[in-house]
Amino acid sequence: MYGFLIGVGVLLLLSIIWMVYRIQTLVSVVKGSDKQIATGSNKVNAIMFILFLLVTGFLMFWYSIKEFDNYELPVASEHGVITDSLFWITMAVTGIVFLITHVLLFIFPYKYQYKEDRKATFYPDNNKLEIIWTIVPGIVLAGLVISGWIAWSDITAPAPENAHVVEIMGSQFQWDVRYPGKDQVLGDYDYRLTSAINIHGVDFTDKNSADDFPSPRVVIPKGEPVLFKIRARDVLHSVFAPHMRLKMDAVPGMPTRFWFVPTKTTAEMRVETGNPEFEYEIACTEICGRGHFSMKKIIEVVEPAEYQKWYAEQKSFIQMNPALADVQTEPKEVAEVQLSEGN
Amino acid sequence: MSTASVANHDVAHDDHHDHEHHDNFVTKYLFTTDHKMIGKQFLVTGIFWAIIGGFLSILFRLQLGFPDMSLEFLRPLLGGWLDEAGKLDPTFYLALVTMHGTIMVFFVLTAGLSGTFSNFLIPLQIGARDMASGFMNMLSYWFFFLSGVIMFISLFIPTGPAGGGWVVYPPLSALEQAIPGSGLGMTLWLVAMTCFIASSLLGGINYITTVINLRTKGMSFSRLPLTIWAFFLTAVIGLLSFPVLVAAALLLIFDRSFGTSFYLADIYINGEALPNTGGSPVLYQHLFWFLGHPEVYIVLLPALGITSEVIATNSRKPIFGYKAMIISMLGITILSFIVWAHHMFVSGMNPFLGSIFMFLTLIIAVPSAVKVFNYLTTLWRGNLIFTPAMLFSIGLVSFFISGGLTGIFLGNSAIDIQLHDTYFVVAHFHLVMGSASFFGLLAGVYHWFPKMFGRMMDAKLGYVHFWLTFIGVYMVFFPMHYIGIAGFPRRYYSWTNFEFANMYTDLNMFVSAAAIITFAAQFIFLFNFFYSMYRGRKATLNPWRSNTLEWTTPLHPGHGNWPGEIPAVYRWPYDYSKPGAAEDFIPQTVPLSATPESNLPHEQEQVKLEMEIMKEEAEVLVANESKH
Repeated sequence: MYGFLIGVGVLLLLSIIWMVYRIQTLVSVVKGSDKQIATGSNKVNAIMFILFLLVTGFLMFWYSIKEFDNYELPVASEHGVITDSLFWITMAVTGIVFLITHVLLFIFPYKYQYKEDRKATFYPDNNKLEIIWTIVPGIVLAGLVISGWIAWSDITAPAPENAHVVEIMGSQFQWDVRYPGKDQVLGDYDYRLTSAINIHGVDFTDKNSADDFPSPRVVIPKGEPVLFKIRARDVLHSVFAPHMRLKMDAVPGMPTRFWFVPTKTTAEMRVETGNPEFEYEIACTEICGRGHFSMKKIIEVVEPAEYQKWYAEQKSFIQMNPALADVQTEPKEVAEVQLSEGN
Repeated sequence: MSTASVANHDVAHDDHHDHEHHDNFVTKYLFTTDHKMIGKQFLVTGIFWAIIGGFLSILFRLQLGFPDMSLEFLRPLLGGWLDEAGKLDPTFYLALVTMHGTIMVFFVLTAGLSGTFSNFLIPLQIGARDMASGFMNMLSYWFFFLSGVIMFISLFIPTGPAGGGWVVYPPLSALEQAIPGSGLGMTLWLVAMTCFIASSLLGGINYITTVINLRTKGMSFSRLPLTIWAFFLTAVIGLLSFPVLVAAALLLIFDRSFGTSFYLADIYINGEALPNTGGSPVLYQHLFWFLGHPEVYIVLLPALGITSEVIATNSRKPIFGYKAMIISMLGITILSFIVWAHHMFVSGMNPFLGSIFMFLTLIIAVPSAVKVFNYLTTLWRGNLIFTPAMLFSIGLVSFFISGGLTGIFLGNSAIDIQLHDTYFVVAHFHLVMGSASFFGLLAGVYHWFPKMFGRMMDAKLGYVHFWLTFIGVYMVFFPMHYIGIAGFPRRYYSWTNFEFANMYTDLNMFVSAAAIITFAAQFIFLFNFFYSMYRGRKATLNPWRSNTLEWTTPLHPGHGNWPGEIPAVYRWPYDYSKPGAAEDFIPQTVPLSATPESNLPHEQEQVKLEMEIMKEEAEVLVANESKH
């Protein structure tokens, strides 16, 4: 039934378009306008540009202002404040250029629409103008680049010695978290040690791994530097914590890192956003397969004292499963090459 | 040079006679070596792929805008890719996104745009009988066709087409265990792309050779229309960058099928550890983007070239800053090779590299800005005629500004941390590269349709098509900026899993509705295109009163383009509204000596030189006559 209705609708639409098309063709032949250089449509199009400028300009300002709180996520990290200000400075600069160029682009068609008695101005070049608008954008861009570069250098500088280390490992389709335990040193891992009970592939012959512990959430202290050590177990993933303005790919075979200082606890954020359910989230931003859109992990930012308490209470891998300490002293044999099958 | 052109002319002249009598369907429409027909083949194939690519995007926009809607009515088409509730399978969603990207970037905006207009316009605008090698040109089309057939087949195989995003990053694209599309679908993708690259290279070598060697008398590089400059530089970029994609694909094939570890290391998947160690997925990204970024300009430059020509013609004004335009394009060409890693700021590569590429990337904004200012100045105090081609060109400039400015955010690595792989990026490149190039393609079709088919497209339908598409494109992509600023990641099947971005249901519905309307509006164009081909108003020889050489050919140019001698060229292509001239245009074939009233002082000096050339030409003519 639906199919039939849609079919009829399409047919109707097509026949209407056909009729309009034929009528206007005939009319233009009768009027002889098909022989003119510019017909009345020229004026209509010129006016349309002005209308377009006004209407979409209004829509843009209206929506940008009305929805500001919705699309501008609250920021909760120290470097995020800097990158946000860079973002809005760039927005101001490009916004001005956007407006000026578009006003000109849409007013010129109206102002200089075809008139039979007028001749266009023969104006092939002007080196002075060319130089001005090469150099001015150059200077403005240099300013933006340098401020961006300073921020980028700070963000990507080595983490402070006292940073709290958290390992985040991506796999299809989840994030797994490992803390270094009391010694503050993560134990070695080897992907060949991975198994159902040792999803991180931790090498428990390494003494540093004895006190490593997992956590269902990423718990971090407010106001202190945190270092995410990021890796992936199967394909590429990317750790993205939007409120922290943090993003870094997780790459199999190549550990990556990102350090930052969270500035607001989850509780503070709940007050600020007025949302009692608020949680900091980690999403995956590198396409990784079927469940790409559902790789979520919660970050919980707490006061440092609370963090210390929580940290001390956690049970290590080995405490939870003493068998881990005994088995797998050697990496098990890897699977045979099976890539050629089915390709 | 003069002897070469004589010989060339003789051969072509005989060809011409042959073709008048012996052309059959196969040699005329299928295995043709006539550049004009090959251009049309590329165009029609490109249109076919644009419909497919656009339709795929409508499918995933339905999922994004109306997540609860049952797509049951599409079951005859999608079959097993719908679950019982009539919802799209998440894996197939990724396949749709991947194929949409691949098809649009390579098949529509590379082959459909460069393939069509480089082939069609280069010989016509430089004054040549045909491409340097008609046979290679034919081969170029048929490699593209073959590539298309393979890609088309991959849409229908049980495990689905490639699904790792159009960038097909390994390990996802290397491991069948990771996603079903990385099985046979990915193999077909790689084979199809290899054929496509062969096609691009065959075409590119031809374009470069033709522009360098076969320009008519007087057509110096400083008198080339900007379209030709754009096609020429595009071909150079393609020739230098596409082979790197072959290398990337070859290593990927080795990793997939022969157990090497170029891109694979330390992988544990589906309960087993793979033996590969030592490879680097980031290596693939470097190789891919070494093509991938220049590819953006491969797509964009021809559109900018077409726009320059259309805007100058319909403003009845010379393009402002002809030399600056060429220098900008040269700058873009060179810089396009050294900015690739700005796609990889957060890929885990050395942050120092990020700094370098941020500097280089923002430099490329300067020539782009110059181009925009020059377009604006060309419009200033013009006498603007809004043909559909002109409207689409103005639309292109608008998209180029909107999308170009957001590039300044993304090229800044500090800001890119937040925006990378979000909808902000989607909005950015769909405007600056997708829509802008698409508008360039449409402007080209509307402008050169009379030369292609000897008939006019209907202007009113063109206006309706333009306004629906122009408004539609903005309604689709502008809202995506907001979604992107909010941080929503791209390639997500569903919007509801995350608290931080689930408030955009209404906006997404709006975007999807706009996308459907915009897609539907393209059928107006399709109708106009095919109907006008047979029933359109007969075109005059120079309907836009343009200066370039293609309008000096007969209404239906045969193989060889000009029935007699190839006309010589005496001036640059932008003598519009020259003070003193009777008409507001002076074609390139009009000698300076014939227009003493409008010559500029330095042109008056060239008149003597010109006389000599004309004398020489007359001798050639006599020599030819005596042979017959």
